[in-house]
Amino acid sequence: MTDLLAVSGLTMRFGGLVAVDQVALTMKERQIVSVIGPNGAGKTTIFNCLSGFYKPSGGTVHFRGQAIQGLPGHKIARLGMVRTFQHVRLFKEMTVLENLLVAQHRLLNTNFIAGLLKTPGFRRAEKEGLERAHYWLEKVRLTEFANRTAGNLAYGQQRRLEIARCMASRPELLMLDEPAAGLNPNETDELDRLICDLRDNDGVSVLLIEHDMKLVMGISDHIYVVNQGRPLADGTPGQVQNNAEVIKAYLGEA
Amino acid sequence: MSEPILYFIQQLLNGLTIGSTYALIAIGYTMVYGIIGMINFAHGEVYMIGAYAAFMVMTGLMMAGIDSTFLLLTSAFLVSMVLTSVYGYSIERLAYRPLRSSKRLIALISAIGMSIFLQNMMRLSQGSRDVAMPTLVSGGWNFGEADFQASLSYMQLIIFVVTFISMTLLSLFISRSRMGRACRACAEDLKMANLLGINSNSIIALTFVIGAALAAIAGVLLGSYYGVINPYIGFIAGLKAFTAAVLGGIGSIPGAVLGGLLLGVTEAMTGAYFSTEYKDVVSFGLLISVLLFMPTGILGKPEVEKV
Amino acid sequence: MNNIKSALIAAGLFLILAGWLMGFRLETAGTRLVVGNRLDTAWEWLALGGGLVFLAQLFHAQVTRPFKLLAERGGSFALPAPEEKPMLFRLLTLLVLAGLIIWPFIGSRGAVDLATLTLIYVMLGLGLNVVVGLAGLLDLGYVAFYAVGAYSYALLNAYLGFDFWTCLPIAGGLAALFGFLLGFPVLRLRGDYLAIVTLGFGEIIRILLNNMTELTGGPNGIAGIPKPTLFGLAFERKGDSLFHEFFNISYNSGYKVIFLYLLALGLVVFTIFIINRLLRMPLGRAWEALREDEIACRSLGLNPTLIKLTAFTIGAAFAGFAGSFFAARQGFISPESFVFIESAIILAIVVLGGMGSQIGVVLAAIVMTILPELTREFNEYRMLLFGLLMVLMMIWRPQGLLPMHRPHMEMKS
Repeated sequence: MTDLLAVSGLTMRFGGLVAVDQVALTMKERQIVSVIGPNGAGKTTIFNCLSGFYKPSGGTVHFRGQAIQGLPGHKIARLGMVRTFQHVRLFKEMTVLENLLVAQHRLLNTNFIAGLLKTPGFRRAEKEGLERAHYWLEKVRLTEFANRTAGNLAYGQQRRLEIARCMASRPELLMLDEPAAGLNPNETDELDRLICDLRDNDGVSVLLIEHDMKLVMGISDHIYVVNQGRPLADGTPGQVQNNAEVIKAYLGEA
Repeated sequence: MSEPILYFIQQLLNGLTIGSTYALIAIGYTMVYGIIGMINFAHGEVYMIGAYAAFMVMTGLMMAGIDSTFLLLTSAFLVSMVLTSVYGYSIERLAYRPLRSSKRLIALISAIGMSIFLQNMMRLSQGSRDVAMPTLVSGGWNFGEADFQASLSYMQLIIFVVTFISMTLLSLFISRSRMGRACRACAEDLKMANLLGINSNSIIALTFVIGAALAAIAGVLLGSYYGVINPYIGFIAGLKAFTAAVLGGIGSIPGAVLGGLLLGVTEAMTGAYFSTEYKDVVSFGLLISVLLFMPTGILGKPEVEKV
Repeated sequence: MNNIKSALIAAGLFLILAGWLMGFRLETAGTRLVVGNRLDTAWEWLALGGGLVFLAQLFHAQVTRPFKLLAERGGSFALPAPEEKPMLFRLLTLLVLAGLIIWPFIGSRGAVDLATLTLIYVMLGLGLNVVVGLAGLLDLGYVAFYAVGAYSYALLNAYLGFDFWTCLPIAGGLAALFGFLLGFPVLRLRGDYLAIVTLGFGEIIRILLNNMTELTGGPNGIAGIPKPTLFGLAFERKGDSLFHEFFNISYNSGYKVIFLYLLALGLVVFTIFIINRLLRMPLGRAWEALREDEIACRSLGLNPTLIKLTAFTIGAAFAGFAGSFFAARQGFISPESFVFIESAIILAIVVLGGMGSQIGVVLAAIVMTILPELTREFNEYRMLLFGLLMVLMMIWRPQGLLPMHRPHMEMKS
């Protein structure tokens, strides 16, 4: 079975600075994989390369066997790889519901004439869009906020909305950039359950950048550790926790 | 030297002459954009004001009986630069500073409004007709055989020399002086410069003043070169100069110079070899073509988005 | 003390800035150029101005307080959304529409003519609103598409004899095509670069129209453009199938004026209908999302360039329609009507109206067209005041007269 995601030799240079150096990782379907490492290790840069927001200086990225390195972000998203951002990027002036509808843009009826004349096909597509939005609102427990302006939600709720919005676009691979940042322990547990739910019931694989070790170790099938842009170690949570190099990178020499 | 080559050299010289003045005005655009990211639409009108001020000073002195070209030009430069600097400072203070934190479009509209205001202010005050002045500097060097002679007029020479001196002084200022360093810091990261104790308001005001002074120099030079001015020259020159700045890479002073010269030469060549009516079309076409392949201009820094 | 110092500086600056302009004038005495001295008449105005500036700066806080109120109030004054009270809204719309259709029959001819001109600007404002207000693109060359529409009708009529109704959709289509061709390479540029390129494009169109004399008549333009007909009936005094002959009534030039007005009204209603539908379609939502956060849009699979292109093309189409109507109404067009200041005026209408807000744009267009007519005595100062108004509006009330209150998609529980 082909890997869902196969990254090899990924390199990113900014002028003279090598931010990412020969990073490799693979993911299969219905897997949760985490990328961890000290601050400044280049994790978000890796995400940006994978999701098409940066053009990698070198290396290959294969999604379901198709080479996607260098493709622009929106094309990669259409293939089924979507991502969240370190700083929440919701459409703050639009309602929660509308955020979820925009995410379904390519799945809705965008035919100009159909929309002008309100044809049955158009009406049906809009109705289905609303139903799907409803489904995701229920999933992240934001149903009562459907008509609230997205900018007015609490931080934790905004984070959940961002994940729901990604899911509304029917991805196969969900990339979450520090989803637990700023969340309290309760919210983090909820996040844990949500991610597992998405994997088990909605069939996505999840690639995670995270600093919260409890979450990472508890949820991941596989972990990749990067330090200063270079791969340091990878393995199961148990293997990574006991890896001397990893400990040294995080805590310094004993 | 054969005739076609001489003709080409003549056009090149003409192009570089105009291009130098475009460069002077373009620097004003690019410096302001580099620091506060706004298009100072009214900058062209400042150039126009500089030209009018120069004409007034020179005419007034001539009426008083002063004949020396040197004195006339020098006084024109001095008065014009001071006056436009006051205009530059006031424009920034009144129309742009209150909008520093607003969206781009808001500041742009204000700038367009200011440009319309200044243009009409001049029109009401001095009339919309052309104003012509007797030629101050005539003659030049001719070279070539009897059939066709290319010439580098003394006026052109003055333009080259003055432009060169101005740019050298500016470049020294930016790279060597403390204020210049502050300007560069503000252009890199305004917020950070502020936090480090640089009074960004003063630096921004200084940028506008420098830009205005350079535009004044261009106004004096071009006014004397063509001998004719009207209230509408600001719009056209401003547009060309901004095109030059974008062409060279907005935010980059060497880019503005390069863009200005390139634009001037393109215009001269198009006018000479193709058609004078369409030279503006070619200039804009050049801009669009360059931006297609180099979206940040020739010397512009490629922007890496922070995601 | 500090206040007095800054007030003195402000007054001093004013005197420098205004003094040389009002006090001296470059005049031609015979063949010579002289500087005329007008200080003796100008000094009173200068003193007055200086005094005013001094006082304004001295009492800066008090003077600006009413303007700050101007800026804040009205943020809460947003018209209720149509969805909240659909019945009331429908009734109101019908009333307004009925009023608009009936009044020209009782109004004066001049007023109806002015109203027609206003409607043209309303249409242009709504069209540019799609580009600038809804999609957030800096377009400074909108007048180019207006020109394309106008010249399409004029040329198709002059060379191929097409009548207005045939040319109307073609004009819109051609303008849209130009919008597409320009937008395709240019819309991926950053905002400010887009502004200068569109401005350049507007100038290019004007220069081309001015110089391709064999085709477009050059600076003399094209004359003799026929007015639109009503099912083949012309509103002229003499001719083949005439309106007044068909209905057996005496000729009245007022019929022509009223007909043009109703036609313009129809076009505007059509424009508003289309834009309202667009706002409730995925495309309209995409425009707003793009305006808010382009990066988030890309991460969800939306192609920003394509979405911007649709806004640009649709906006251009509306300008094309307006242009062909303009040509029909005037009977004569020349490149003079399509200068940059027109783009600036239309842009001012959009921003003054509150970007994105349709009703605001309509109101702003009405104000911008009617106000110059009412202040005819100040004709000389019109442009000056226009520029000043633009600056002041941006400083005091950048959100426009009626900031947008968008229809939100609601989830019915």
